[in-house]
Amino acid sequence: MIGTRRQILIRKILVWIALILGACFAGLPVLWMVSSSFKSNLEIFAYPPALIDYSFSFQAYQAVLSDPGQLRFFFNSYLVAILVTICTVITSILAGYSFSRYDFRFKKILNLIIIGVQSVPPITLMIPYFGLIVWLGIYNSYAALVLTYMVFTLSYAIIMMTGYFNTLPRDLDEAVMIDGGGSFVTLWRILVPISLPGIVAVGVYTFMLAWNEFLFALTLTRTNDMRTVPIGIHLLMGQHSFEWNQMLALSVLGSLPVLILFLLFQRYFIAGMSAGSVKG
Amino acid sequence: MATATQREITEPANIGWEQKKRRLLPYAYLSPTLLLLAALTVVPIMTVFLYSLVDNVIVNPNPPEFVGLENYEEVLTNRKFRGALSNTMYFAIVSVVAHFIIGLAFALLLNSRLLSANVKAVFRVIYILPWVFTASIIAILWRLLLNPHGVVNYVMLELGLIPELLEWLSDRKLALNAVTFINIWSGYPFYLVSFLAGLQGIPDDLYESGRVDGGNAWQLFLHITLPQLKPIIISLALLDFIWTIHQFTLIWMTTGGGPLRSTEVLSTYTYKAAFSSHEYSIASTIAMVILAICTFVAIFYVRSQRMADE
Repeated sequence: MIGTRRQILIRKILVWIALILGACFAGLPVLWMVSSSFKSNLEIFAYPPALIDYSFSFQAYQAVLSDPGQLRFFFNSYLVAILVTICTVITSILAGYSFSRYDFRFKKILNLIIIGVQSVPPITLMIPYFGLIVWLGIYNSYAALVLTYMVFTLSYAIIMMTGYFNTLPRDLDEAVMIDGGGSFVTLWRILVPISLPGIVAVGVYTFMLAWNEFLFALTLTRTNDMRTVPIGIHLLMGQHSFEWNQMLALSVLGSLPVLILFLLFQRYFIAGMSAGSVKG
Repeated sequence: MATATQREITEPANIGWEQKKRRLLPYAYLSPTLLLLAALTVVPIMTVFLYSLVDNVIVNPNPPEFVGLENYEEVLTNRKFRGALSNTMYFAIVSVVAHFIIGLAFALLLNSRLLSANVKAVFRVIYILPWVFTASIIAILWRLLLNPHGVVNYVMLELGLIPELLEWLSDRKLALNAVTFINIWSGYPFYLVSFLAGLQGIPDDLYESGRVDGGNAWQLFLHITLPQLKPIIISLALLDFIWTIHQFTLIWMTTGGGPLRSTEVLSTYTYKAAFSSHEYSIASTIAMVILAICTFVAIFYVRSQRMADE
């Protein structure tokens, strides 16, 4: 930038003002949620509002963490999200390998269908799913959630995995093939180990999608022992007495897994976010 | 290749089998995916389509009856459906435009040369924060903030921006804008991240030569930044439009489509038709209309992706 020191200083101040205003827009609502979860239920809407008041305590967290019903939501969410992640990662590695390394007759159209699945509204699938899942005898079970979640995790995962394999030179696998290894050996021994960053990106993103799912969990489970965290929050909201601080504590605890994954694997997360849009 | 030719010579009987195996191998790798997609996407969509053409499905004791496009006629001329359609379009279009503006503004800010790398890293995390939270938690969060006795009303009243405490989510005139705002807050980080990647891909020489030609910052933005980001902008906007039409949780958990259907969108309308009124034929018909809208937009999305590839 061309300009005197004074101009640069003014620019810098303006940029900082904008930066802080933006941070307030993004961060203050979250801060308020966290601070409210430490208040007593009576003080949540106290006038005038305070970020931290005399009622500060961990009581809401204790209530959530000592309730076996609510702990069960977490267990279910973790179990389903981990199962979905494992199944999605394995399936997408196989599919990505096929798309990246082979030419075959229906490749283009199959690729198109997989990209197109992203645009199928979950609400459209929900009506037949209900009947289908009951017919399969897996209504109100983990299997119902894992199978249906994979429909929308798989297309991102395959797009990301194919993209990652495409960045690896083909000479690598051809060298192993010539040494007598089959295509499966090549995939497992050579491509998978060096694709670990891509696989982590797929895994982290899949876990997040599965952890956050709401509609299928709402319609395909019936009893409270099968509910996941988002549905647990929904159930708490439906109760007669509105336990705001408990609901917020459950929300904060429910956000922690994704938040921690996000902070640890920021780079991979961002790769996942832009994979579906920037390059298909 | 060497092994293949060797085998052809030594084991002539196996040629056909080997070739077949080679040809079928890619399908074998794809088989879990294809099986899942066939069972849980293709068949269900055909089922919904079938449901939309008949009356008395699932819960009705009477035998199903083929009615052709009658359900479509009924739905498309229904006032409630039209209300939901126009709410959906308003919700989606305003969200997409606002996401684009906020996402780009924050990306440009985080790309500023006046900030150090550490400052950028910290603020990038803060700016992406809304995206980490799931829709049901975002719904709780904003019901807390937008409560008539909540902090938003308090601050706005103190600043003199509003004359009295407002019922953001239960006032018929405010609710649609309130849920749209919540959706804007939760969705812009997706653009921010993509734009940050896009901005880093613009070569510096372009700006250099632009400056030599005497362009000011605004002109550089208009003639270099925007055209360079154009492919990303188009695919983001199309994808976001589709996702916003899919949105169910946020509206279901903030207003449930109310008050008086003022925030009813196509997805909440379908859900109610199926699970509250048990009108599965009508619900399937609306579901097909949503699918048609999304497919229409998706065609443009796939095209823009293809152009980016070439």
